Parts: sequence; structure tokens; C-alpha cells
Amino acid sequence: MAMIPDDVAELAEVAPPVGPGTVGIAVQTQFGDIRKRFFRNKLAVIGLGMVAFVFLVALLAPVIAPHDPYEQNLSATTQPPSGAHWFGTDELGRDQLSRVMFGSRIAVVVGLTSILLALGIGIVLGSIAGYRGGRADSVVMRVADAFFAFPVLIGAILIILVTGRGVLPVILAIAIFTWTVPARLLRSSILSVREAEYVEAARSLGASKWRIVTRHVLPNSLAPVLVYGMVSVGAAIVAETALSFLGVGVKPNVPDWGNMIASGRAFFGYRDFLWVFPSLAAVFTVLGFIFVGDGLRDALDPRLR
Amino acid sequence: MVLVLFGASLILFVALFILPGDPIGTAAGSERARDPAVRAVLEKRYALDKPLPVQYVRYVSRLVRGDLGESYRQRQPVSRVLRGRFGATAELALAAILLEVIIGLAAGIIAAVFRYSFWDVAVTLTTTLAIGVPTYVGGSILQGIFAQKLGWFPRSGRAGFSSIVLPALTLASVDAALVARLMRGTMLEVLRADYVRTAMAKGLSKRTVILKHVLRNSVIPVVTYLGIAFGTLLGGALITEQIFNWDGIGLALVTAITAQDNPIIIAVVTYGVAAFVIVNLVVDIAYAYLDPRIRLE
Repeated sequence: MAMIPDDVAELAEVAPPVGPGTVGIAVQTQFGDIRKRFFRNKLAVIGLGMVAFVFLVALLAPVIAPHDPYEQNLSATTQPPSGAHWFGTDELGRDQLSRVMFGSRIAVVVGLTSILLALGIGIVLGSIAGYRGGRADSVVMRVADAFFAFPVLIGAILIILVTGRGVLPVILAIAIFTWTVPARLLRSSILSVREAEYVEAARSLGASKWRIVTRHVLPNSLAPVLVYGMVSVGAAIVAETALSFLGVGVKPNVPDWGNMIASGRAFFGYRDFLWVFPSLAAVFTVLGFIFVGDGLRDALDPRLR
Repeated sequence: MVLVLFGASLILFVALFILPGDPIGTAAGSERARDPAVRAVLEKRYALDKPLPVQYVRYVSRLVRGDLGESYRQRQPVSRVLRGRFGATAELALAAILLEVIIGLAAGIIAAVFRYSFWDVAVTLTTTLAIGVPTYVGGSILQGIFAQKLGWFPRSGRAGFSSIVLPALTLASVDAALVARLMRGTMLEVLRADYVRTAMAKGLSKRTVILKHVLRNSVIPVVTYLGIAFGTLLGGALITEQIFNWDGIGLALVTAITAQDNPIIIAVVTYGVAAFVIVNLVVDIAYAYLDPRIRLE
């Protein structure tokens, strides 16, 4: 049991302690350590607060939004911020504050699900490549190379051309050109874990390949992948809003920050609040996720500081 | 590398083949496209009547010869539509990379050498902010302040040196911040290395140690990063060109998307991918030069 490597603990959430009590205790303490390191980092805590705020707004948008985000009022278009409309109204007289609030839903949903999907694909293919090796490895890695050759935004435009605009296509498009990084990370960390004594021990005890991979190899090699996932949520939100900004993201009328900034920029120079408020929302959210991601990375691996 | 290009072109080709929409209708104008004879002529002209693998081979062989087909919309060779626009995008990308390297390295070096000083904190704060501000926001802000309010630079378009400043800064901002962070991190690591202590111990000045020993060893990860980041740079160029109405291939791509002008989209994406692969090849070669321990196979 003394052989349990340190990073098992980092994965407490993914791999709940399965062994006898001693292992469980070790995991708990390590996890507590990480949490302590995370919460000692002021920026990480601020980031967590920011992310929590965005989540809350996204969750409660239908309740707290003062207006229906689709409700038009053509007699009061592009009104500057006022008591009735804190963020002003857009070119169709829709309440901007409500649209910014509803926009957070798309940002959060796309950011999280696209990264989860990318991690899912990356973990499956990465562990096949890393653990099986040989032909499977070279096939998976060549496919990954081909996808990696597409810059995310350019690849995503291609996918959305095929599928049409929408939330689901955006999620798919981001995931399809993001999975290669977690796959590569996982493959290389599995390559080093694969030869470890405890894996050999499991093998000599007659454990099945499935059991070895899911119980021993994955829990010990997932850390870099999870950190990557956490750090990338912000990037995924940037990609989503950028796609909408370019006119290949979610559908045009949907309250989405990228859409709002793109249409608000038509009034650049004299109705700047139209693009400034959704921009602020995007920056706030992305910064929050970056702070949390960086904090988590530093907490998991203090040597990087 | 050839394998990567083959795989990428295959992904591209398949994606474009299953593309919905009616390119023939777009090319002929929807009225005439209903005439079967017109359709047949156009299908033959663009080889859309051939089986998929034949179309693919045709596409690749022409691609290799630099023949990108004909724009559905503008009825002239894609290469003619895009000519001149490559230069504009290359100009913007080069200016941005230059800024990234200069600003990023300078900020990173200052932060590492004067660790925990006021400047270090300033660099850390600025880079964190810059990373969190997406290109489309950063571009709008720069445009609003320096073009709209102060009028120091032209608001959009491509004319002369002053017009490139804001777009290049916009495109460079995120990567410059990441370069600075990376440079600071690696430099701090290198500063702790044994050979640096040795160099100090044998009495070299701090300046010589940093210039001769530390910098060269710290710059390698930055070079790798610039290669990988080139992909993001291309994506950022799309947005930057849109914001500043910069007449490059990014703007052409966005226009082609609304017009469903597939040959232009294929060409731009293909060149984007090819450029990305080639840049990374150059990066691999640059390693061998920067780090004699790495040998090219």
C-alpha cells in the first residue's frame, strides 16, 4: 500500500477510494491538501466566486430577468441604459440586461459540455492508444494529428457549415477539434504509468485489461487531462462567442453574447453600450474560469508555481 | 507531415461533400437552376457528377498544381479572387508574431529577472487580464479608444503603416501575454539550473549570464509555443479582419460563408491548415538550431 503514488489522491473525485481503509484515509488527506492550497490562492477563490455568480445567473435567468429576452419594442430601440432598462435596449427594442442574462446560459452550457465531450473522446481514444500501443496507437495518433492540423475556429466553421447553426453544432464543432490535446496528454501519461509495478502486479494477479485500465491506469494518469479540461472551459466559451460573432455560431436571434456583440457593433461609435455590456459579461466569465483553472493547476502541482 | 496533410484534406473534403445547400443553385441563380439542362452543364463543369473518390483525387491533384477551382459566386478562379488577400493576411500575421515576440519576451524577461518586484506584479496582472479578454472584445476596445475617440489610427481598412497597428495589436494581445507568462516561467526555472550557478560562480557578470546562458535556454519552449499558437493566430485573424475590415483571406472566408461559395471556403481552410503544418515543421527545424542536443532524424 505504500506504493500508492501521490497523484491518486488528486483524482479523488473521479476515482472514489476503493481499497481498504488506509488508502481511503490517504486519499482524503491528499484531497484536503489540494483544497487547502486552492483556497489559499486568493485569485482562485475570486475566480470561484465569479464562476458561481455566472452559474447562478444562468440558472435563475428566467426568474431574475426583468423582461422576456425575445420581447421586441420597436418604439424604443437602441435606448441608452435607464432605470427601466439597466443595460439599454437593442436595435429591436429588446431588453439588453435580460439578453445578457440569458446569454450566460449558452456560454456556460457550451463551455462545459463541449469540454466534457472533448475529454470523453480524448480519454477513450487516448487510453486505447496509450495502453494497447502498436497499430491502435499509430492509427489513433495519426487521426489525432489530422484533426490537430485544424485550428479550432477554422475547423469549427467547417463543421457548422455542414450541420447548420445552433447550440448543439457549436458544442460538437468545438469538441471535435479539441479532443486531440487530452488524448495526447493521456496517452503520454499512460505510457509512463503502464510499466509501473502496481500495474504489473495487477496483471500478474490475472486482472482483466478493462479492470487494469479503469481501476489502475486511468486514475493514475488522468490528472493532466483534468487540469487541461478545467483550464480550457474559458477557451471554449471564447470559441463559442467568437463563432457567433462571425455569424457561424448559435442561431441569429438567440440571446448570445457573440450575437449581441456582432449586432451591437453596427452601432459602433454612438451606441457603444450595445456591444460593451455583452463584452463585459464575456470577459467576466472567461476570467473567472481562467482563475479557477489556474488555481486548480497550481493546487494540483505546486511545483509549477 | 504528408500524412497529416492527406488526413486533413480528407476531413475537409468529406465535410464539404456532406454540406447541405445547393451550390449549383447559387452559381446559376435559383431561377435558371431549375432547368435540368443548365444543372447538367454546371454539374459537369464542376465535376459534381463524378463519384466521390474521383472528385477527391481531382481535388487533390489540382490542389497540388495550385489550381483551386472556380468560385461559384464570382465565376473566376479562386486563386484570382484570393490573390493579394494572402499578402494582406500574411502581413497582419507577421506583424502580430513580431509584436508577440517583442512584447512577450521583454515582459517575460523583466518579470523573471526582477522577480516579485513591482514590474513582475504588473506583468502578471496585465497578462492575466489580456488572456481573459477575447479578440473580438480587445479589438473593439482598441478601435473605440485609439481610432474612434483619439483618432490616432484609422478605424478600419488597409492603407499604410498606421492602419496595421491596431489590428496587429489586437491579434497579438492574447499570445503576447501567454508568451510572457511562458518566458517568465521557463526563465525562473533556468535561473535555478546548475550551469547558471556555475557561470555566476566563475565570475561572469549577471548581464553575460542572462544573455549568454539563460536566454538561449529559455527561448526554446517559446518557439514551440509560437508554432502551436499559430493555429489560434489564424482563427484570431478571422475575427481581427472582420473587426478592422482588413482585406485578407479571413474576410474573404466570412464573405464566402454567407454566400455558400464552397471553393473559396475549401481554399482558405486548406491553406490555413497547410500553413499551420508548415509553420510547425519550421519550428521543428528551429529546435535543432537552438538546441544542439536535438538532432533532426
